[in-house]
Amino acid sequence: MTTATAAPATGGTPPRGPRRSVLATLLGRQPLGIAMAAPYALFLAAVFAYPLGLAVWISFHDYFFAAPGAAIDRPFVGLDNYTAVLSDPGVRRSFLNVLVFLVINVPLTVVLSLLLATALNGAIRGRTFLRVSYYVPYVTASVAVVAVWLFLFSRGGFVNELLGPLAPDPSWLGNSKLAMPLIALFVTWKQLGFFILLYLAALQGVPKELYESASMDGAGKFQSLRNVTIPGVRPATTLVVILSTITGANLFTEPYLLTNGGGPNGASTSPVFVMYQRGIEQGNPDVAAAIGVLLVIGVLFISLVNKRLLERG
Amino acid sequence: MAQAVSTHASVADASAPRAADDQPRSRSWPRILVLVIGAAVFLFPFYYMLIGSLQSEPDTSLSGVVPTGGFTLDNYVDINKRVDLLRSLVNSGIFTGGVILFTVVLGVLAGYALARLHFRGGGTLFAVMLLVQVVPFQLLIIPLYVMIVRSYGLADSYLGMILPFAINSTAVFIFRQFFLQLPEDLFSAARIDGASELRILWSIALPLVKPALLTAVLVTFIGPWNEFLWPFLITKEADLQPLAVSLANYISNVAGRAANPYGAALAGACVLAAPAVALFVAFQRHFKASDIGSGVKG
Repeated sequence: MTTATAAPATGGTPPRGPRRSVLATLLGRQPLGIAMAAPYALFLAAVFAYPLGLAVWISFHDYFFAAPGAAIDRPFVGLDNYTAVLSDPGVRRSFLNVLVFLVINVPLTVVLSLLLATALNGAIRGRTFLRVSYYVPYVTASVAVVAVWLFLFSRGGFVNELLGPLAPDPSWLGNSKLAMPLIALFVTWKQLGFFILLYLAALQGVPKELYESASMDGAGKFQSLRNVTIPGVRPATTLVVILSTITGANLFTEPYLLTNGGGPNGASTSPVFVMYQRGIEQGNPDVAAAIGVLLVIGVLFISLVNKRLLERG
Repeated sequence: MAQAVSTHASVADASAPRAADDQPRSRSWPRILVLVIGAAVFLFPFYYMLIGSLQSEPDTSLSGVVPTGGFTLDNYVDINKRVDLLRSLVNSGIFTGGVILFTVVLGVLAGYALARLHFRGGGTLFAVMLLVQVVPFQLLIIPLYVMIVRSYGLADSYLGMILPFAINSTAVFIFRQFFLQLPEDLFSAARIDGASELRILWSIALPLVKPALLTAVLVTFIGPWNEFLWPFLITKEADLQPLAVSLANYISNVAGRAANPYGAALAGACVLAAPAVALFVAFQRHFKASDIGSGVKG
């Protein structure tokens, strides 16, 4: 029946007159699509494209908050905001901190999520339970899990009790060498479930015959992981690296709550946290916008380099 | 193709019956160990959160992991005195509900148009959506703050909270993917019968992509329910703050002075975590690799 009704459909679609075909070349074959996509596109322009442009504009001007409607002169200042940002030791510190974060977080995320996804792939008893327990941290609010990490890693907390004499002094979050690595560990733990899901999806696309022929060639578990799985999920790895880099660049809640505002002594500040301090607390949105622009350039650069390296290697 | 694979597999089985016998056992022990350690690491903090919220005195000793008694709900009463839990939950609900409504309505329309209709600008829109995925939201906080708080005076309002999250390109990708998978015959048949495009979407396509709808709602839910930075920036009135914000304020300001600071914070954390965890456990079938994968890969 479907074939019967579908057959004349192809005959009915071609444009009937010259007027219609002009319209079709101008608006596309089904111009209703424009109307249906328009609300989304308008929102995209209003809450994404325009603010993006505004951020860049603000970063090149002497911008300050003013009462709505007030006509004020906001002179163009060229790269002044950028030089102010780059000569600010607090900002430089925050970018360095996020680099430390990424160096720990990204490789750990890739290795652990691939390992757990490989182990989880295939038929095992309790698979659903395991899968759900892996993404529970991902679906829970940072604010909620921060509360329990604060408790676990406090001076007399469970982790230090467990470590006994090995407990670090000063304790984890008060230790300028350990605060940022612990935040990196926290975010790895929290986001891992999502990346495991990504790898699980990618593993479905690796042909089973490859594993079979690998094991027939006498390849062990480790060798087939290296020669079949890792090349097979390379596009997913690129995605995981880029997404975890973006997550790292967005770091705010953890330094704000876990280390009480980027402490100790700025050892765990992040660029977004400094944006909040400079821009909204201290009322310098122009400087904060410049930090944001530099941050995005940094993220795009790291993403491109990673994409190149991963796709070549 | 499928046949070739199965014969290949049976040949492998026949030629190496011993290897096939040995493999599952030698392979599964380290595998199960890895998985169980993983699950313990993921779940232990949640278990600790729950028992910590139920004890009047924080017990951080090793034996305290398995408490034998002394359970109390005092911490919940305590946090409720400092943070209006019900009010905050309602605020979280309105914020999340509003975002989901916008995301689903705008996303279904755009996803359908991108998947099923040929129109000028479709390709451009798709490219811009990919770009949205790589620009960190945090870059936009300063201009959005300027716009929403300073220009439009939407500070301390639900609309101000919701608007920046009204579009979600992951949801559009999910809808587009599901609409693409429907057979073309279905649409041409309905068009022949004279059904309008909106009618096709509403009574034919939508009922067929219900699973996608649920997946998109789940994926969207996590964002606003857990979001801290944006509502924190634009709400100064405690009456309008979602739970994530009011709990964070409690943790950073008040906690040091409370009788059992951790207990009350953990009680609040449990209240904030419970709806999200319950939802994802109940609907775990709809939050799977394939669904999310299709969404992210576009």
